[in-house]
Amino acid sequence: MAVLSDEIVVSSNMQAGRRRTSPFFDQGFRWASYGSALIVLAVLAGIIGTMIYGGWAAFREFGLGFVTSSIWNVGGEQFGAWVAITGTLTSALIALVIGVPISIGIAIFLTQLCPPWLRRPVSTVIELLAAVPSIIYGMWGLFVFAPLFANYVQIPLSTIVEGMPILGTVLYARVPSGVGMLTAGIILAIMIIPFIASITRDMLDQIPSILRESAYGVGCTTWEVVRHVLLPQAGVSIIGAVMLGLGRALGETMAVTFVIGNANRLSLSLFDPSSTIASRIANEFNEASGMHMSALLALGCILFVVTFIVLALARLLIARVKTP
Amino acid sequence: MDTAVYDQAPTVAHAPWGRVRRSRYLADRVLKITCTLFTLLGAFVLGWILLMLLVEGIGGLSPAVFTQTTPGPGTEGGGIANAIVGSLVLTTLGIVVATPIGVLAGTYLAEYGKGSALATVIRFVNDILLAAPSILIGLFVYILMVQPMGGYSGWAGGVALAIIAIPVIVRSTEDMLRLVPGSLREAGAALGAPMSKVIVAISWKAARAGMVTGVILATARIAGETAPLLFTALNNTFWFSPTLMGGVSNLPVTIYQFALAPYANWRELAWAGALIITLSILALSVVARLLLSKDKAR
Amino acid sequence: MSTIALNTSSAIGNAAAADTGAPVRIAVKNLNFYYGDFRSLKDISIDFYDRQVTALIGPSGCGKSTLLRTFNRIYSLYPEQRADGQILLDGQNVLSPSIDVNELRARVGMVFQKPTPFPMSIYDNIAFGIRLYEKLPKSELDGRVEEALRKAALWDEAKDKLRQSGMGLSGGQQQRLCIARTIAQRPEVILLDEPTSALDPISTGKIEELIEQLRSEFTIVIVTHNMQQAARISQFTAFMYLGELVEFGPTTRMFMNPTKKQTQDYITGRFG
Repeated sequence: MAVLSDEIVVSSNMQAGRRRTSPFFDQGFRWASYGSALIVLAVLAGIIGTMIYGGWAAFREFGLGFVTSSIWNVGGEQFGAWVAITGTLTSALIALVIGVPISIGIAIFLTQLCPPWLRRPVSTVIELLAAVPSIIYGMWGLFVFAPLFANYVQIPLSTIVEGMPILGTVLYARVPSGVGMLTAGIILAIMIIPFIASITRDMLDQIPSILRESAYGVGCTTWEVVRHVLLPQAGVSIIGAVMLGLGRALGETMAVTFVIGNANRLSLSLFDPSSTIASRIANEFNEASGMHMSALLALGCILFVVTFIVLALARLLIARVKTP
Repeated sequence: MDTAVYDQAPTVAHAPWGRVRRSRYLADRVLKITCTLFTLLGAFVLGWILLMLLVEGIGGLSPAVFTQTTPGPGTEGGGIANAIVGSLVLTTLGIVVATPIGVLAGTYLAEYGKGSALATVIRFVNDILLAAPSILIGLFVYILMVQPMGGYSGWAGGVALAIIAIPVIVRSTEDMLRLVPGSLREAGAALGAPMSKVIVAISWKAARAGMVTGVILATARIAGETAPLLFTALNNTFWFSPTLMGGVSNLPVTIYQFALAPYANWRELAWAGALIITLSILALSVVARLLLSKDKAR
Repeated sequence: MSTIALNTSSAIGNAAAADTGAPVRIAVKNLNFYYGDFRSLKDISIDFYDRQVTALIGPSGCGKSTLLRTFNRIYSLYPEQRADGQILLDGQNVLSPSIDVNELRARVGMVFQKPTPFPMSIYDNIAFGIRLYEKLPKSELDGRVEEALRKAALWDEAKDKLRQSGMGLSGGQQQRLCIARTIAQRPEVILLDEPTSALDPISTGKIEELIEQLRSEFTIVIVTHNMQQAARISQFTAFMYLGELVEFGPTTRMFMNPTKKQTQDYITGRFG
């Protein structure tokens, strides 16, 4: 197709040249769009490059210990990423556990249960959740959600589980302030819902209505149609949507910075403050220099590699179904 | 053809009605109620956030907010005029840089490079950048511009925002151009128009509404970004220099710093700023949607 | 069982009854159908006879598929579609709100224009529908699956890959799988909505043979746009046009000696 139009373009250039469009413009336009496309690649390469370049000193100084150590001592120039890595993974995992069922539920509501006239407004409302700036989620989480969460969940729950094995550790709040790992996970869940829900909705919409009718045709209830036919049919692409949500949750910064408590402490309690890679960079980068800055860039490098893999998987899984 | 004689035994007796197990209907009802509740929950959270912003922010909205600069520590009163203008400048800068690059790159993917290996790779990379952590883009621009230039600047902030906006524009431009039927382009080419002319006069024109929507959505996306500005444009409590060198005040970072501050007037200004920025962004998103649906209806 | 017990419908429907001793399985009375404000079926009355194949023919948009889709109320998935009148299945009005639609659909099976295997194994595709309504021990379920596959003439091709996905079969096999899935539930009536329109001639031939065999057990209604197919496999034919039932009668008479001019024009290919 491209070749064909090229030929047409070439053969008509002389004629067109006499009129307004000069061949220089035509070539220039082609190169400009080619160059712009390459900028996209350059940006990605640039991000990887700067992270490796900036973090190199820290990686060389601490080696593998940078990943496995949980010491983060700015004064003593000792840096280990373990707390931030586990914090990032745990908060993102909590977000998935809470956010995925809700997102799929919303997608099912929109495609199967919602009356047609209500579909667009409800879809818009859910998508607008993605438009609210991250920092606003942070303020809502810190000033509105956290106090309620402390009063109505942390304090009563801590009283109940105190002294119990396992639960007494995981769900015990030493300082019931409302901020901490679980709060961060909940806020992240809300933030990734619009992404997972809208992709899942689109995937469910793409399933031919004849398959859905067939499933109803053997006497299925809506639940059975969804559970046994529609969700398996959308299959991998829903996993792709979940991965996309995971990628977003891993790199989310401002909202998490508000509500996670920013402590460099390993704790088994979901109510304890912690930090993520992104929140640590946001908190410390402007005051950092030397090895400290290098360590933060090395953290950025780790975050980039992890999100790149997750997002690449998401993209592959979603693409596979889209083009049958 | 055998039509007539009915000489077979009567049909086997069929099972009586009422064979459906109650548990099946119970599960069905549970699913329907749960999905509806989840959707209500999503709408409820959006409503809750908006309500919070109105309740907390509307009290702080005075004319001073729009006329005075951000107050220093311990200073009474003040406004966020410099932050609002700074945000407008940075967002405009970002979108002005991003739009030509994004539109041209999207054009490459949909027109010139269609089907090529390079286009496939770029499309893949673009989709990843679309969801990449914005704080890393801040770090990138810090090393790229702030360090070499010897300090924070609005230019660095604008570039960081542009890098976030580009993938949004690339994606929407490509998607919209792909919807333009190939026959239109062929008709243009058959008239003897060179490819650039076909693209500009036919493809872009046909996809115009969708492309504009993409730019508006990109604007909405970068207007509220905080993380990439932390290390690039930083912030400033005064009017920033017209050369955009040094810290440039902006709403998101001001909100971030003021919201967590111990001064009551700072916090009030943070809420007012939060209300202004959220309503503007939601309005932009809704406008973009309406624009697109109007175009589709046409 | 004696002659026509339930047949009390219109003149058109009655005209056919004289030719057969079969009892009426489905009696449609004064059926109207609406897509929003558009009335797409107009006062249809027609009878379908037990263990006979009835073909619905007519130009596209005439309402034949719409009529078929009322028998298992599959149209009710779409809120803007509704029907009024009566459809008596063994004397019970299936349009009545007291009817359990899910169970109705298990009793009135349906096969669609295109094969629609569910995203599960061949075995589960068939067992799925049975399990919804019957709790059977494994051995009995296996027997039912085999029986259905045999009746659908798919057993020999599928018996070694029962655990593989149904999507891996060819188009014609998939359609037979869908028929097997339907008959496994032991329905009273089978609705076929242009079941061969997406298939090649050989697969079409197999499906037609299959329909011929299934007639000994099931009452079958088939929508087809292929008049030769209607002539080959049906005992009764109904010709519809613009939402109305124009003529109904034994297939031989309909094709040899139609009474209405529109029927004759359509059958001889003058329009449609």
